[in-house]
Amino acid sequence: MNPSIAVYRGLKRAGINFAASVPCVNLQQLLRLVGEDPEILHLPVTREEEGVGVCCGAWMGGCKPALLMQNSGLGNSINALASLDFLFKVPLLMIISHRGCDGEQIIGQVPMGELTPKLLDAMQIPRLSPSPDQAEDVVAQAWSLAEERRIPVAVLLDLQFWRAK
Amino acid sequence: MKRIEAIALAAEAAEAQEALVVCNIGFPSRELYALMDRSENFYMLGSMGLASSIGLGLALALPKRRVIVLDGDGAVLMNLGTLATIAHNAPRNYLLVILDNCCFGSTGSQPTCTHFGTDLEAVARGAGAKSVRTVANAEDLRSALTGHGIVVAKVESGNADVPRIPLSPEKIIERFMKSAQQAGRS
Repeated sequence: MNPSIAVYRGLKRAGINFAASVPCVNLQQLLRLVGEDPEILHLPVTREEEGVGVCCGAWMGGCKPALLMQNSGLGNSINALASLDFLFKVPLLMIISHRGCDGEQIIGQVPMGELTPKLLDAMQIPRLSPSPDQAEDVVAQAWSLAEERRIPVAVLLDLQFWRAK
Repeated sequence: MKRIEAIALAAEAAEAQEALVVCNIGFPSRELYALMDRSENFYMLGSMGLASSIGLGLALALPKRRVIVLDGDGAVLMNLGTLATIAHNAPRNYLLVILDNCCFGSTGSQPTCTHFGTDLEAVARGAGAKSVRTVANAEDLRSALTGHGIVVAKVESGNADVPRIPLSPEKIIERFMKSAQQAGRS
């Protein structure tokens, strides 16, 4: 299963109709799929924290939002996830390209890559890391969990995930 | 113009226009609550910098509903990218009012860069926004509140003596969403 298509199908099955994004090289195909989908309002933003804000607004307006980003953007979003999403109990599906793990070629990605799971755990944000074959189901389940518990949920997808054929 | 006077004009306009209001953290929200509490007001209690972004998401999700954001100079300077996003994506039902008192009014009036000359109207234009203006009196603000885009309202520093908002976050968002989505379907 093509990993990008699997994630996209999961978003569709979850009924995601609003997506904010900051790119990662591994999100290229997914961003194209989301951008070309007339049923998804896609808003590229300048910084991930801004994405947390627009997704909150979209949810209050009745949309089902997802934030597509690299894990570096988690660092840019922590205060908003806590003092907006946790405080007001706002659900959010985060599709995160996890850089800085096994196989990373860019040394600058490593510190944040190592910290990402720990940061999510410290914030008690559930994190799910499916294989491409599981991704459609898991992405849809991740949104259900976010909506049911009214919390942010992370689908954390590492380099191996995106390299799968 | 005092900030609370500017907020009073915005609250009146919002009521007349049946608009949703997203209000910046701290004293601006407290002043709005004290002046005119409505279930259509979203009092942002944390996440400084994100009022404009929350309002943008809301306006895009509810194209038939007017959305007014009351933000501050310090908060917009903290999330300047929002001006570029708004410039290229904001729908006509969206109005961002930046109450520019040239300081961080809720934390002891420390000066922001607008105190030293940063011109947020020029920044917004540079970001690509077409509908932007600066107002410095009640009459011009009243007129600007009927438009869309971005308004920089120059106001005096200083906070009104108003209490904290007694509503829980759950209550604020619950009644806000109910009003937003009910009327949004009409």
